[in-house]
Amino acid sequence: MTFTSRSALPGFHLALGYTLVYLSLIVLIPLAGVFFKAAELGLAEIWAILRSERVLSALTLSFGTALIAAALNAIFGTLVAWVFVRYDFPGKRLFDTMIDLPFALPTAVAGIALTALYAGNGWVGQWLEPLGIKIAFTPVGIIIALLFIGLPFVVRTVEPVLRDMEKELEEAAASLGASRWQTIRLVLLPSLLPSLLTGFALAFARGVGEYGSVIFIAGNLPYVSEIAPLLIVIRLEEFDYAGATVVAAAMLVIAFVMLFVINSLQAWSNRHKVRNQSLALPVQGAKQ
Amino acid sequence: MDITLNTIDKQFGQFKALDNIDLHIESGELIALLGPSGSGKTTLLRIIAGLEFADGGAVYFGGEDVVAIPLRKRQIGFVFQHYALFKHMTVRDNVSFGLRVRKGETRPDKAVIRRRADELLDLVQLSGLGDRYPHQLSGGQRQRVALARALAIEPKVLLLDEPFGALDAKVRKELRQWLRELHQKTGVTTLFVTHDQEEALELADRVVIMSGGKIAQVGSVDEVYERPASPLVFDFLGSTNRIPAKLQDDHLIVGGQQIARYNGNQTGNVTLYVRPGDLRVAGVSDPGLDVTVLNVQRTGPIVRVTVEIPPTGQRLSVEVPHLHHDVKQFVPQQTVRLRLMQFSVFAAEPDLINEGVLTPHLIGRERSRLAQ
Repeated sequence: MTFTSRSALPGFHLALGYTLVYLSLIVLIPLAGVFFKAAELGLAEIWAILRSERVLSALTLSFGTALIAAALNAIFGTLVAWVFVRYDFPGKRLFDTMIDLPFALPTAVAGIALTALYAGNGWVGQWLEPLGIKIAFTPVGIIIALLFIGLPFVVRTVEPVLRDMEKELEEAAASLGASRWQTIRLVLLPSLLPSLLTGFALAFARGVGEYGSVIFIAGNLPYVSEIAPLLIVIRLEEFDYAGATVVAAAMLVIAFVMLFVINSLQAWSNRHKVRNQSLALPVQGAKQ
Repeated sequence: MDITLNTIDKQFGQFKALDNIDLHIESGELIALLGPSGSGKTTLLRIIAGLEFADGGAVYFGGEDVVAIPLRKRQIGFVFQHYALFKHMTVRDNVSFGLRVRKGETRPDKAVIRRRADELLDLVQLSGLGDRYPHQLSGGQRQRVALARALAIEPKVLLLDEPFGALDAKVRKELRQWLRELHQKTGVTTLFVTHDQEEALELADRVVIMSGGKIAQVGSVDEVYERPASPLVFDFLGSTNRIPAKLQDDHLIVGGQQIARYNGNQTGNVTLYVRPGDLRVAGVSDPGLDVTVLNVQRTGPIVRVTVEIPPTGQRLSVEVPHLHHDVKQFVPQQTVRLRLMQFSVFAAEPDLINEGVLTPHLIGRERSRLAQ
């Protein structure tokens, strides 16, 4: 079997071999370990663990809050990127640097800061609590922590694409009679969609795995605000290794399926770049 | 739709992009805005479109002041140098965009929109390519899609910003011809910006030559080519020989040789402008300029000859059609007497001209009678 055509530039086999080995060592083997460990239990036992209410609600909470936070970040992060690309204002450089802080900060710090703000006696929480709005120690708090963690992923993936977007496209749309909203909906968003999905996927993936910032603000009440990664840690502390790996494996499978779906969407939104590549004809050939 | 521009001014920071521009364009004309980069031609086009706003002055479409009318309601077709096609839409969707974004009653039904888009694709000779994406087309095809898209809204005015600038020479030539035919078919008032004088002369009814934010000359192709209003225009339209000369005792003198009689009471230093194609071999008894032939180079249908004026060492270039009987007379190292068939003389005031203070004024022009 051969799937390479002869090339003047050598190195394909070496590069492919290296990639497979590296990927195996760093990603595949450790992840496979999760499944092997989980397989120590019988199918019935695995099934029982997965169906237990505590595990189900932890998984639902983790994926639900990550999805909501990623979606919100996709919308508001894009707005932030838009403002950074299109407008100049005093302190822009400073704000631009601040966007990256969630990358650099130990996430526990963020968790503690947010908890201090939103707890019932915090700066913000003390005004919200009398209104009956509780943020810290509820899923809403988790979403806020994930918004903080995920923002730079969206801003940094969308920004370069926005920057490269020709202003002429908008001018062309306006000259053809499109309103501003039509221009955004029909011209800008479709060109932005692939990078927006990437940013969304990154923010989502980060949100699912986030631990440090969430455990402080979540309050970790089983069935209410206990995230799946925390549940794994709890199981480990109880020396229930197999139980921990079952939850971990479930997270892996769900995350993989969701990222796969997002990637497919992305490929679909890029379809105009790849489909029928070979059909392009020179000027003369296209005349009929 | 005729267009009138009234005292248009535009400033970018310290840079005066447009300085008091007045221009009238008749309905149905095909106009070239020609000038070097930074001359303000694109800014002027964008102001007419409504993509840019003038600091002062007014733009009228058929007598109506359009300054307050926003871009999307001006009903102009604008074609960009780099096409600005919507990459995620098929060619047909690109072309029909202007119809699809119409609101309510004014939007035709889907079938009509589709038919109209296909008609336009026929018009620009891209029938059958409606389902392609822009990246699957060549540059020339893309620019034709951009044109079809602009024509879809039945524009009052078609504006093209260096439309062929990104294309290679052969495609550019084809598209020029094609645009000319399209203009004849549709009759839409059309303005295009170019820095290519050949393109301007070949395509336009009238040429507007711009320089430093001002209009240097407006006229038909014949007018601007045959009677350039200033050395600048002369320089810009095709290649030119500039020869320092002197006016003395009713004669035009170059390097000590009296080369032509010149009636007029002016004396002093002048600059003589003559195009390479306006130089021919003179009879021995005729007045003319004696030069030494340096080298002869055939380039396609034109023979280019480099000659030198002996006393000053200045080099001139001469262009002769390859079948012309003069060709035989150009032999390297030989002396030939050149006749200046057509030339312009401008007063030379070198320092002031170099500093841009002064435009040298035209002293006169000579067109020799060919039958002698």
